[in-house]
Amino acid sequence: MANIISDETIEYVGILAKLELSPEEREQAKKDMGSMLDYIDKLGELDTEGVEPMSHAFPVKNVFREDVVTNQDMREEILKNAPGEKDGMFVVPRTFE
Amino acid sequence: MKILEMTAVELGAAIKNKEVTVREAAEAVLEQIEKQEEKLHCYVTVDREGALKQAEEVQKKIDAGEFSGPLAGVPVAIKDNMCTEGMLTTCSSRILGNFVPTFSSEAVLNLQNAGAVILGKTNMDEFAMGSTTETSAFGVTRNPWNPEHVPGGSSGGSAAAVAAQECFYALGSDTGGSIRQPASFCGVVGLKPTYGSVSRYGLIAYGSSLDQIGPLCKDVRDCATIMEIIATHDPKDSTSVERQDTDFTAALVENVEGMRIGIPRDYFGEGLDPEVKSAVLNAAAVLKEKGALVEEFDLSLVEYAIPAYYTIAAAEASSNLERFDGIKYGYRTAEYEGLHNMYKKSRSEGFGAEVKRRIMLGSFVLSSGYYDAYYLKALRVKALIKKAFDQAFEKYDVILGPVAPTTAPKLGESLSDPIKMYLGDIYTISVNLAGLPGLSMPCGLDGKGLPIGVQLIGDCFQEKKLIQTAYTYEKARGAFGRKEEENV
Repeated sequence: MANIISDETIEYVGILAKLELSPEEREQAKKDMGSMLDYIDKLGELDTEGVEPMSHAFPVKNVFREDVVTNQDMREEILKNAPGEKDGMFVVPRTFE
Repeated sequence: MKILEMTAVELGAAIKNKEVTVREAAEAVLEQIEKQEEKLHCYVTVDREGALKQAEEVQKKIDAGEFSGPLAGVPVAIKDNMCTEGMLTTCSSRILGNFVPTFSSEAVLNLQNAGAVILGKTNMDEFAMGSTTETSAFGVTRNPWNPEHVPGGSSGGSAAAVAAQECFYALGSDTGGSIRQPASFCGVVGLKPTYGSVSRYGLIAYGSSLDQIGPLCKDVRDCATIMEIIATHDPKDSTSVERQDTDFTAALVENVEGMRIGIPRDYFGEGLDPEVKSAVLNAAAVLKEKGALVEEFDLSLVEYAIPAYYTIAAAEASSNLERFDGIKYGYRTAEYEGLHNMYKKSRSEGFGAEVKRRIMLGSFVLSSGYYDAYYLKALRVKALIKKAFDQAFEKYDVILGPVAPTTAPKLGESLSDPIKMYLGDIYTISVNLAGLPGLSMPCGLDGKGLPIGVQLIGDCFQEKKLIQTAYTYEKARGAFGRKEEENV
C-alpha cells in the first residue's frame, strides 16, 4: 500500500473530526484510510490542468430573502430534544472558569 | 382487486370513487405491516394510531372536496432521514435515537397537502452511508424476494416496504444510488430526480451537493404522479430550482419512435454479472423493437467516478455531521470531562463504524495540505465527468445501462471490504456527480429469482424522456411483481 497513515496523522484527523477512537479502531482507521487514499490516488492519472473545480453541476446563483421571522416560538418543543435542559436553556459543561 | 395489490394511483382512484375508504386502505396496509415486519424489518417506526387518525381526517377532506388529487388517502412510508413533525426521525443512527423534529421536510409536507397518510419511517443505512441497509443502528432489513438477501441501500427499508406491500409508495433519498440500487434489488421503480427538483429542506444532509429526494413505487405511472406532487420550488432550499415542466404525467406516452438511446460500452465490461447484462440488453432490444434508435458508445471516465465521489461525499459528510455534538438534540455520553471531551465521546459512541470511517476520510481530504490534492482534484474530475455526459446528451436522449453489477447479495457479505462495497455503486454515482436524473425499473429475474434493474439516465431536467421511455418499456414488458403466496 502506497499511503502509510502515521499515528500522528490519525491523531490529528481525530481532533479535526472530533472523534475518539479506541486502539483497535485507530489501527483499523489507519488501514482503511490508507487503502481509500490509494484508491483515490487514481484521480492523479487524469490531467486536470486548467479545469475549474465544479461544486455544482449546473449554474446556481445566490438566493436572497427578507430577514423576517416566519415561525412561532417553539422553545418548549425544541428543548424536549435537548440532552440537558434547565430553566428553558440548554445545559452544557462548564467551558471557562 | 385486493387493496394491497393496487398501485398508488389505482388506490387513489378507488378512494375517490368510494370503492375503498381511506381507513380501509390504512387498515389493510397496517395489517400487512404487522404480518411482515417481524421477518423483514422495513420500518424503524410504525405510527399505527397516527395513521388511523390521519385516515379519518383525510377522508373528511376528500368528502368535503378539499383533497381531490390522485394520491389523496393513499398511505406512504418515509425514509427515516426526512424530518417529520412529532414523529421520531433517527437516520438509523444511535446519535439521533431519540430525536423528534419540530417541523416536517418540504417533500413530506407536499405529500400531506396532497392527502397522504404517513405510515411511519423506513430503515436505512446509518446517515445513508451504505449500499445494503446493514449499517443501520437498529438492525438489518431483509429483501422481500428472499429474506437471506439484502434489500440494497441506503433506502433499503423504503424499497423493501414497497415490494412487500407494506406501503403503497415511499420516499427515499439518493446521494450515490440510494434510491435506484435498492429499487433494482427489490424489483420496484425508483427515480432520482435532477438535482434541485425536490426540496432538501428537512432532509438530514449527507452530501449536500449530491443528495436528492425521490419516489420508490410500484410502476412508472405512480412515479410520474408522485413527482408532480413533490417537485416544487422551495425558497427554504437555496438550491431548489424553479421548474415550469413538472407535468410529469404528460409523459406517460407509449411511444419511443425516434428516441435516441445510447448504451455506454464502459457499463458492460468486467465485473458485470452475465445475467444482469443479458436482462439489461434485452430491455434495450425491446425498446429498439418499439422504434427507438439504440446504439453503443464510449462514455469514458467511468472508473474515476467512484474515487471522485467518495472524496466529495466524505468531505461534505464530515462538514454536515459536525452538528451532532450532544448539545441541542440527540445522544449525549453519560460521563465526560469538559466540553471537548463531551463532543468527542458523544460522537464516538453515537456514530457507527461506516459513518466514522467517512467522517475521518472527509476531515483528512479537507485538511490543510491535502485540500488541493484531494478535494479540489475531485471537483475538477467532477467537471470532466459532467462534460462527458454533456457530450453524450448531444447525441442521445436517454442513456441505458445496468443499475448495479449484480443482483442483491446475501446478508453479511458486503461490509467487510469497503472498497468492494463502494465498487457496487459504479453505475449510479456519476449521475449524482453530474446532477442528472436516473430511473431504475425491473427488467427481469436472475437464476436465483432475484430482480434485475435497468437504469435510464437523462440530461438535467429531462425526467419526462425517462418517464416516456420507462412507460413504453413497462407496457411491452408486462406485469412485474412479487407473488405474495410464494413467500409466505
